[in-house]
Amino acid sequence: MSDALTISGLNCFYGEVQVLHGLSLTLKKGEVLCLLGRNGAGKTTTLKAIMGLVPARAGSIKLGERQLTTLAAHDVPKAGVAYVPQGRRLFAEMTVAENIEIGLMTRAKGKATRDAVLDLFPLLRDRLGQRSGTLSGGEQQMLAMARALCLEPEVLLLDEPTEGLMPSMIAKIRETVAKLRERGVSTILVEQRVDAVLSVADRVTFIENGRARETVSVEALRADPAFVQRYVGVG
Amino acid sequence: MRGGNSSAKVFLLHIAVIGILFALNFILPEYHHGVLARVMVLSVVAMGYNMLFGYAGLLSLGHAMFFAAGLYGAGLTAYHFGWAMPAAFAAGLVSGAVLSLAIGLLALRTTGVAFMIVTMMFAQVCYLLTFYFSEWTRGDDGLVLGQETRRLFIGDFYLDLTHPATRYMAALALFSVVLLITLFIVRSAHGRVLVAIRENEERTKMLGYDTFANKLVAVVVSGVICASAGAAYALLFGYVGSSFASVQYSILPLLWVLLGGAATTLGPFVGALFMYYVVDITSSYTSAYLLIVGVALILLVLYFPKGILGTIRERWIRWLP
Repeated sequence: MSDALTISGLNCFYGEVQVLHGLSLTLKKGEVLCLLGRNGAGKTTTLKAIMGLVPARAGSIKLGERQLTTLAAHDVPKAGVAYVPQGRRLFAEMTVAENIEIGLMTRAKGKATRDAVLDLFPLLRDRLGQRSGTLSGGEQQMLAMARALCLEPEVLLLDEPTEGLMPSMIAKIRETVAKLRERGVSTILVEQRVDAVLSVADRVTFIENGRARETVSVEALRADPAFVQRYVGVG
Repeated sequence: MRGGNSSAKVFLLHIAVIGILFALNFILPEYHHGVLARVMVLSVVAMGYNMLFGYAGLLSLGHAMFFAAGLYGAGLTAYHFGWAMPAAFAAGLVSGAVLSLAIGLLALRTTGVAFMIVTMMFAQVCYLLTFYFSEWTRGDDGLVLGQETRRLFIGDFYLDLTHPATRYMAALALFSVVLLITLFIVRSAHGRVLVAIRENEERTKMLGYDTFANKLVAVVVSGVICASAGAAYALLFGYVGSSFASVQYSILPLLWVLLGGAATTLGPFVGALFMYYVVDITSSYTSAYLLIVGVALILLVLYFPKGILGTIRERWIRWLP
């Protein structure tokens, strides 16, 4: 597998506080890479740095051969990276259809993409006229993912997509991530639930104090739960 | 995004409002005829303000400068250089466009309260400039545009804006054009992006939209709309004075938009009309009319928290734009 996204020596700061210290990782094409680590380890900051929301003071982020750190934040999605943030952040006053539409407007193949996205989330078809703020948590998560997928991304960044969802919804989210992998979408998943990681990820990178400490396959993680105990403190 | 049926209803509603205002020209008593002409022009300022505040979520306290840019752009060229009405009106529009572009490029580097304060500061500068250049503007005394300045001859065609009916129709023409342009913009892709920016700018950026560019376009469109009202005001009512550049004319559009319903196309007109008549009626009974106006506003906020049309849309007529 070739690399979809490569991060090398990334340094990021919030004000004068350094949060990422030379972080490096690689996302292969068509794989699901999970970032695991304690709260405050730098997982969400890594995703935000990829999207250009937190500026990189040093290091590089490459999508294929294209350098992302030189792009304006609004050009990163156009380059092929979509981001579903923690807490979904939908346009609550807009309907489901309007949320999807706004995701589609920067794409030429509007209708075909819309149909493909709704095929992934058939439940949303029945809710098209409903205000997104009135959807259940699981439905909101689906809509947030649907809206991001309207960008037809090569790389999808998911920040704790199963947070606060009931088990049936978590299963649907996992199922969707698996389907996206089959379609060749590379995914970086930030997740706190180890069971979710084991069921959907290909590899896991452990983040600690703003550094990528170790990357292991899911099989290795299953075989040795001590990894989780060491970097996440549970297990 | 919305169904064709809803779009037809929306369009017909706006045409009906324009039609009713047209018919009122022939039946209103003289006093109300004049009031409505003035309200239509002022509600254009509110429509411009609504574009920025209601749709893009940018709270400005400096829109008097855009109104004044149009007012002085048209007024000074007509008064000092004797420009004909169309040229003077165009000068007002250009003044508004240039000023709003410059202000947008600077003020949009800030957000929230800082944006509000920066726009207010620039507006104060513009207000003070009207005194600084009082040789040209005559400050608070202002300039009165003579009857001959407000007449236009094109061959056999003769337009006299000092005539009440002509003035009313000119005000209606401006109101109608701006209303339909506003409707078109808010239902266009750009309008939807503005709403997305209002709801969550960072998220909008993450969907690939250049939010700065979209906000800049909104500031310029808003500024030009306000300037068109200023230019029309100068030519229709024949007076250009510093008071129109004061902070009061930055606050009034905000009030009209909040009363009528932010992010509703007809709300600015409803708010301006309501406010004008509440002040007009109460001031004829007592000098303490602001007290009554205050009570009326409190009641309105209690029962119509999203403004008159905003609340009607939320509770009863969901398709209202």
